[in-house]
Amino acid sequence: MKAEEISWVKSPEFGVMDQIFLPAIFTGMVTTLTHMGNTLFSSKDVVTQQFPEQRPNLPANYRGVHRLNRDDEGRVKCVACYMCSTACPAHCIDIVAAPSPWPDREKYPEVFVIDELRCIYCGMCEQACPVDAIELTTLYDLTGHSREEMIFNKEKLLSVFDKTVAMGTDPVRTTHGRLGVASEPASRGVTGSSSMQT
Amino acid sequence: MATVYINDKAVDIGDKKLNLVQAAELAGVTIPHYCYHPALSVVASCRMCLVEVGEKKPDGTVVMQPRVIPACQTPAKDNTVIQTATAKSKSAQAQTLESILLNHPLDCPVCDKAGECKLQDYSYNYGNSESRMVDEKNTPPNKPDLGNNINLFTDRCIMCSRCVRFTREISGTAELHIVNRGSHAEIDVFPTEPLNNKLASNVVDLCPVGALASKDFLYTHRVWNLKTQDSVCAGCSTGCSIHLDTNKNVVYRLRPRENPNAQGYFMCDDGRLGYHYVNSSNRISKPHMKSESGADISSWKDILPALRAELNAVASKNPAGIAVMLSPFLTVEEGFLLATFVKSISPKSKLVLGPVPVIGEDDHYPKTRGSVAPKVKFTIRNEKCPNKKGIEQIIKHFEGDVILVSDYLSKNTPEALFIAAGYQGEEVSWFDNTLLGLFKKVKLLITQDLFPSALTDASKYVIPSAAFSEKEGTFVNYSGLAQELHWACVPLKQVRTDGQVYLDLLERKGLLQAANVRDEIAKSIPYFSRLAGGKLESDGVHLENIA
Repeated sequence: MKAEEISWVKSPEFGVMDQIFLPAIFTGMVTTLTHMGNTLFSSKDVVTQQFPEQRPNLPANYRGVHRLNRDDEGRVKCVACYMCSTACPAHCIDIVAAPSPWPDREKYPEVFVIDELRCIYCGMCEQACPVDAIELTTLYDLTGHSREEMIFNKEKLLSVFDKTVAMGTDPVRTTHGRLGVASEPASRGVTGSSSMQT
Repeated sequence: MATVYINDKAVDIGDKKLNLVQAAELAGVTIPHYCYHPALSVVASCRMCLVEVGEKKPDGTVVMQPRVIPACQTPAKDNTVIQTATAKSKSAQAQTLESILLNHPLDCPVCDKAGECKLQDYSYNYGNSESRMVDEKNTPPNKPDLGNNINLFTDRCIMCSRCVRFTREISGTAELHIVNRGSHAEIDVFPTEPLNNKLASNVVDLCPVGALASKDFLYTHRVWNLKTQDSVCAGCSTGCSIHLDTNKNVVYRLRPRENPNAQGYFMCDDGRLGYHYVNSSNRISKPHMKSESGADISSWKDILPALRAELNAVASKNPAGIAVMLSPFLTVEEGFLLATFVKSISPKSKLVLGPVPVIGEDDHYPKTRGSVAPKVKFTIRNEKCPNKKGIEQIIKHFEGDVILVSDYLSKNTPEALFIAAGYQGEEVSWFDNTLLGLFKKVKLLITQDLFPSALTDASKYVIPSAAFSEKEGTFVNYSGLAQELHWACVPLKQVRTDGQVYLDLLERKGLLQAANVRDEIAKSIPYFSRLAGGKLESDGVHLENIA
């Protein structure tokens, strides 16, 4: 960065009123008391949620449990390129690739396993995926009785897809504000791996 | 004495006959190229190496040629001037890449070459980030049956014709050719003539993109996860220098390592695909000793002292009662340490050479077409072991002459026989029934091997052996070239490398340091004197004077 591109911002002057802190305390108390009043006397604008009876509506870009997307024909969309497992800082994704049984694709994941306990839910796998096959959903309350139960295989990850589609809580699939080319339906007559373009 | 100026840097290339790509390499400048390969003829068809070329006149002025010139096809002569970074050169490189990428599918995520692909590297360094191509790309069908081990992804091919020239010039079998013309050109084989010669898989290494793929490696691993270690192929006495690509103690592939002293640029498919035994789950995974009470003793702590005591007992009764079979799969260091150990127990112990596997005749390439026999460019030797010469020299040093184990056992029956085998290959047994019968006559059998067999069943002591990918040491090839092995995998938990076992038997402390042992060998055996110091160049050291 060049020197002329840098603009320096000064912190605001600390005046007499700021130094006695009382105005700041009063402003804070007003917020607190407003919330308290709302909770006690009004049913609108309540801040506290009654979890688990009440479930929050999380934004679509929340990073919860992974799902493996299906394509139009219900097959796993993943092409076993290992980009997610390469990008993963927690090394929680394990893939075994195999020649695909379908003519329009060369490679597919025979095994796709995510250790959900090891995962740090950073979303790097989602970013790395060239075909928008792996996504993080808004499902957040992940529980299990054993560690083995928390190691999600391909079928379980695909079932998360089915579940979230049924719930209507699809995550946002964006690359620079647009859906990736790979996630668009193959309408231009170009098929499979050959349709990936820069 | 010739001076070439590359990007205004003067380089003296001496009397060498170089092209401009090689001359620039001397100056540390990379001129990108696809079709040029030092072992193949020059066709200048990919146009990737286009650079501005000129000449420095005697009066000091530089006259550049008006057009860009393929560097691979232009000989470097005195006062040649090359400019690789000018606007003209750069635009030539970018335009070439754009045209190469017109029909390339850009399926890097599913391509096995991704990560070591010249098209990726050059696009990143010299190309444009966007394509102006608006038409549909050609998508010719893949040819999965190009050869038994070769798969062709036709749409990825950039028509550099390296593979075609390889089969014509190096293997001499000429299976591959180019069919069709222009942007519809494809690599293909003649019907009923698949690419199945013994050097075929080299085309996979030669292919600068992911068009030709090895079925053995296909989809097994992404290359950026592999760790590469320099090693030596143990398949035959040619001793090809190799790269050993491994991850998490699993060997995934062998690639030839360029070595003018050993084999050149290539390696054969027998060696390349013959590594699978290394990863086998059938390998002997722990030492074992048959005790009189029938208890299962399998800890090094118990077995090594027992073995040493038993050998000492044999030696005190009959000083000439111990014999040791050294297989030609042992490294020089291992042979030396084991020989030192048994000689320290009893100087009259006998060292003999294990069976040397020989299959057929030496296989020379290129194959002859027509009546004129071509100059040999590659040889697969019939002696299917890596270190016969080194082990012979060790035995010669201690014994004076080299006797094969079968000859020795047919005349003598020692009381104890230490069989240091470590023969590679899982399916084929290294001994026949006659030899097994001779082995079984010996009362105390100590067998060190990779796989369980009738011999290990008959042995009192069974010691696991380490594969070549797990050892440090030296192999001496047919011509007396000593090359260094480096370990790329850790042996199984209860397996010690052969050299380490001998070191422990000798009661020397610490881990095996091959360089130290090598230095010791160089001091005591004149044949190995050139290994003094223990450090070896990556190209190896010739132990004999070559004519």
